[in-house]
Amino acid sequence: MPRPATSRLDVRKTYKLYVGGAFPRSESGRTYAVVDGKGSFLANAAQGSRKDARDAVVAARKAFPGWAGATAYNRGQVLYRVAEVMEGRREQFAAEVAAAEGVTARVAQSTVDTAIDRWVWYAGWTDKIAQVVGNANPVAGPYFNLSVPEPTGVVAVLAPQRSALLGLVSVVAPVLAGGSTCVVLASEDRPLPAVVLGEVLATSDVPAGVVNILTGRTAELAPWLAEHRDVNAIDLCGGDPEQAVELERSAADNIKRVLRAGEPDWTSDPGLLRLTAWLETKTVWHPMGV
Amino acid sequence: MSTGTLPDVSRDDASLRAFLHGLPGVDQVGAEARAAMLSTRSIKTTSKQWAIDTAISMIDLTTLEGADTPGKVRNLCAKARRPDPGDPTTPQVAAVCVYGDLVATAKEALGDSGVHVAAVATAFPSGRASLTVKLADTKDAVAAGADEIDMVIDRGAFLSGRYLQVFEEIVAVKQASAPAHLKVILETGELATYDNVRRAAWLAMLADADFIKTSTGKISPAATLPVLLVMLEAVRDFRASTGRQVGVKPAGGIRTSKDAIRHLVMVNETVGEEWLSPDWFRFGASTLLNDLLLQRQKLATGHYSGPDYITLD
Repeated sequence: MPRPATSRLDVRKTYKLYVGGAFPRSESGRTYAVVDGKGSFLANAAQGSRKDARDAVVAARKAFPGWAGATAYNRGQVLYRVAEVMEGRREQFAAEVAAAEGVTARVAQSTVDTAIDRWVWYAGWTDKIAQVVGNANPVAGPYFNLSVPEPTGVVAVLAPQRSALLGLVSVVAPVLAGGSTCVVLASEDRPLPAVVLGEVLATSDVPAGVVNILTGRTAELAPWLAEHRDVNAIDLCGGDPEQAVELERSAADNIKRVLRAGEPDWTSDPGLLRLTAWLETKTVWHPMGV
Repeated sequence: MSTGTLPDVSRDDASLRAFLHGLPGVDQVGAEARAAMLSTRSIKTTSKQWAIDTAISMIDLTTLEGADTPGKVRNLCAKARRPDPGDPTTPQVAAVCVYGDLVATAKEALGDSGVHVAAVATAFPSGRASLTVKLADTKDAVAAGADEIDMVIDRGAFLSGRYLQVFEEIVAVKQASAPAHLKVILETGELATYDNVRRAAWLAMLADADFIKTSTGKISPAATLPVLLVMLEAVRDFRASTGRQVGVKPAGGIRTSKDAIRHLVMVNETVGEEWLSPDWFRFGASTLLNDLLLQRQKLATGHYSGPDYITLD
């Protein structure tokens, strides 16, 4: 970065984790250098450890009852608010995306816009998904029998490695829209847009602990989350395809919901796949006839 | 009286006051710094395994709610006998701690398991009742089969300087509670200063307490590490001058394994290994056991466990 003409000191930012609504350093004290698309130094990011992952799961579990219990309408408002706050920081996000992904300013700007639109898209779905995947089931008697979607719980998300912002939003927003909470492993080589997103989430009505963002080595942390008994689901999206087999095996051992590794085209219509992946269906008989 | 080589300091109010106020003052900053320093110790692998099992075996599994029911106490007793049904190597806890009216229920549920029943008595938690009522409360619990009595001191009397009254109450309750063990709750959260904690600890030990306990768990702050340090120093010095060993029980606010291990480190560094047994050191806790079990499962299996894998109460 060129020095300004006045002899002002560079205010360099030390990036940290986002856990339980706070920005702690890694418990391990480790950091790693983040470089841009051309290999020049951008910043140091915290290199999270398994204990940071453990703490993040505790925070996500603690936040779950409140977030799952919020009305779908309220969750929609909160998600829309995230879009609002991101809109106010478009330039910053565009610069982060351009640096992280090595794309032109134009492409970066359009990526940020799509990411903001994605929050709005999922915000709209929060109070409509029940009508689409729920049902009033026909039964042989004068009773109601209802199937309603319920959030799965704590979801571990291995964020996409290449699409540092749009991909990240596209995997985190559906978790939140359904009422689950999450622990996200940000893109290993491109973590900075994720950290800035953490700063947005911290100031946009999303309750503390609903989203927890860890930066660091995905391959190091993913097994701890896959094996963790208090994580209900895992999105292997940005995981290493070779490691994914082992992760799926670990996840099966404790009956996690699993979305398999692989990154779709994030600019296309996301559909309901990721939204319904983190929903369970509860079917109840209404005990009284009419 | 078994005050050993100590002069008969409890013959009247004046000599008791002179003795208690003659105890050296506590260096508050020093105590807090020492507690903070000891809590940075890192305990790993086999030491951690040992510490977790030891901590489990030291727990007085406690339920002291107005809403306690016989069913809840029976659940707690089942958990006390087999904290982790999935792992038979898990040690039993030391005791179950309940209100006096539930002692019989707990006693029956625990049977011959070796887990003790502790009852809180003497108008717990405030201690605001006449001596007659306190003694009746105590005898009631002992008659129902309590192995240990947790009494509260009269903080009002202590803070207004009527030390002999507090002393005589403890002596009377000690007689009424025989053959049960007597734990004396100082309620350090209400004693205001570390000097008072030291005096109250000595007062209880002079009056023949078997254990001194930090808190009822109903007042915040409850057990803190500096307070524990002061109390451990008191039992150490008391044994040095009288030859009698007294146990210590921190209670209230200890919720994580890390906290519990910090307490054990403090015990080891202050009074030594002789106190590292359920006979001389206890944790008054309810949710602590769950966290210890989660950590124990983590060490046994290599992966983090969750609340779905233990019994919640």
